[in-house]
Amino acid sequence: MTHDSPSGNSEQSAGPADEAPRWLDDFENVRKIYRWLWISCIVLLVGGEAVLRWAHHRDEAAGIEHHGFGFESWPGFYALYGFVACVALVLAAKELRKVLMRSEDYYGD
Amino acid sequence: MGIEQLPPGWILMLGALVVPLLRGRVKQAWMLLLPVAGLAQLVFLLPDGSAGVAASIFGYELEIVRVDPLARVWGTIFHIAAFLAVIYGLHVDDDVQHVAALSYAGSAIGAVFAGDLITLFVYWELTAITSVFLVWASRSERSFKSGMRYLIMQVGSGVLLLTGVVLHVQQTGSLAFTDFGGVSGPATALIFLAMGIKAAFPLLHTWLEDSYPEATITGTVWLSTFTTKLAIYALARGFPGEAMLIPIGAAMTAFPIFFAVIENDLRKVLAYSLNNQLGFMVVGIGIGTAAAINGTAAHAFAHILYKSLLFMSMGAVLFRAGTCNGSELGGLYKSMPWTCAFCIVGAASISAFPFTSGFVSKSIILTESAAAHLPVVFLILLFASAGVFHHSGIKIPYFAFFAHDSGIRVKEAPLNMLVAMGIAATLCIGIGVLPGPLYALLPNQPVEFVPYTVPHVVTQLQLLMWSALAFGVLNWYRIYPPELRSINLDFDWVYRRAAPAVFAVLTRWIAGLRAAVLGTAQRRIVGFVQRVHRYHGPEGVLAQASGTGSMALGVVIVLSAILLLYFA
Repeated sequence: MTHDSPSGNSEQSAGPADEAPRWLDDFENVRKIYRWLWISCIVLLVGGEAVLRWAHHRDEAAGIEHHGFGFESWPGFYALYGFVACVALVLAAKELRKVLMRSEDYYGD
Repeated sequence: MGIEQLPPGWILMLGALVVPLLRGRVKQAWMLLLPVAGLAQLVFLLPDGSAGVAASIFGYELEIVRVDPLARVWGTIFHIAAFLAVIYGLHVDDDVQHVAALSYAGSAIGAVFAGDLITLFVYWELTAITSVFLVWASRSERSFKSGMRYLIMQVGSGVLLLTGVVLHVQQTGSLAFTDFGGVSGPATALIFLAMGIKAAFPLLHTWLEDSYPEATITGTVWLSTFTTKLAIYALARGFPGEAMLIPIGAAMTAFPIFFAVIENDLRKVLAYSLNNQLGFMVVGIGIGTAAAINGTAAHAFAHILYKSLLFMSMGAVLFRAGTCNGSELGGLYKSMPWTCAFCIVGAASISAFPFTSGFVSKSIILTESAAAHLPVVFLILLFASAGVFHHSGIKIPYFAFFAHDSGIRVKEAPLNMLVAMGIAATLCIGIGVLPGPLYALLPNQPVEFVPYTVPHVVTQLQLLMWSALAFGVLNWYRIYPPELRSINLDFDWVYRRAAPAVFAVLTRWIAGLRAAVLGTAQRRIVGFVQRVHRYHGPEGVLAQASGTGSMALGVVIVLSAILLLYFA
């Protein structure tokens, strides 16, 4: 991925000059974390579905009933719902900011 | 009177009065002892059933103490939270805060064990009056005004409660604080509204987000525990199964998270997520089954611990760095690693990660909403679960401790703060790993809920990790809204800005109308007086004095006329 530092991370430590740089100060490592986040999410999505199916069949065989909604058994429902919910939440909140944001001394105290 | 006859909470309330007389280590030991003694009293000396403290007022029997499993859950966690908050605030040299905090905790505990509505009301108002000093103790004009708004709402809630209680007693003749059987008339509606204010229902919520971030560092930790959870207890006691609570609770879980995403003051972010967590409890009460009430009780218990922990960690940041604004923080993991670690535990717990306390409590409520066939509510709660992870689970630790390095280098939090956070974090994980003792405390036994099933764990991890991925992606592509020095308008704008503005306009109109009416009236009156003056004044025709001669002449003329007419 060709990308420089995202908003939240800087390569330079802002602390005292004699401070030893930390692992997270190296942007390469932030990139690693981001990559591993993607990998673990995909593993969780694919592997999770396999595990869920296995558990479902096991419970069926054992005669255990499940009270759940139909949509819960859609493949990847929870993962995609979480992702879409959060993106929607942030985009909506950004729009909300245009309406609601004021300076800190808006109320005059 | 032996300690066994003292109503619960009174150990803290009476003990608080002694605090200003003590100094140094003795004072610290005394403050630590109070919640421990209170909890010991609750566990060892108060069996279920009324503890027999009764009084009479206007012929009504008061049941000042009623111990039952529902009250016991709240009583237990309130004592634990008070103990942790005392440790957290040991360094504070301000008796106002110590006395206010301990008596506040004591009155909240007393309220939980109140068996009748008058006793409940007294404690209800006591929590309001004692707690406001924790806001005012910041000793700034801003906190004073915020505390005033807080007090008006809290005392107002008490007034509504009392009005409702009086009506209720008139109708039913009973003072007992039990299930009201839903909102069925003005009496129960007023009581419901009073509890709704304290529970921060949507549109009644702003006192919470307004005042909690204005309180002192330790004050917010105290505040986060008692007031709202007392209201949750009262709702669970008085209105279990009230269907209205389901949409109210669902709305509560959802709307605060939008504000939390764009809020800069991280303690205010926590206040919004507190509001969101209350929503889950309110939904549980609305569903009202034995299991759902258990879910609410368990969630209140777990929530108090992780919410205290989160407020403690942000308080420690504020204490050391002097600010709690996301826009000014970042990189603090370098100088406050322990606080950072504890904060992450709290963040994981509020997000309900498996093996944390939030997971074993919140999943009961979600499962019950599925069992009650409420798909929309279920999806909203799921959305809120993802959202709370997003803003409390990630945003709080990320912007405070990571993000861009702000260059702030401070000392680690004081030892007493670390100890308090450490115990809270241990409990969060302990409850998550071994939920048995918490479940054994729940009001409706036996608890059949099994939190750790394969589908529960896998689906929850999928939900949370993909929410984290969403944060990662949005942040990576710089779509995530940066923390900005700003405030966001909330419903309190209505009474802080709109209402005064409307009032100002109305005042202008009324003043204009008054001037117009008075002006016209004045002109009319002046005109009238001038007319009267013209005819009757000193120069007026009708006021001119004439001599007796002319009078005699007049009489002669009239008499002559009569004479003429008579003989004619």
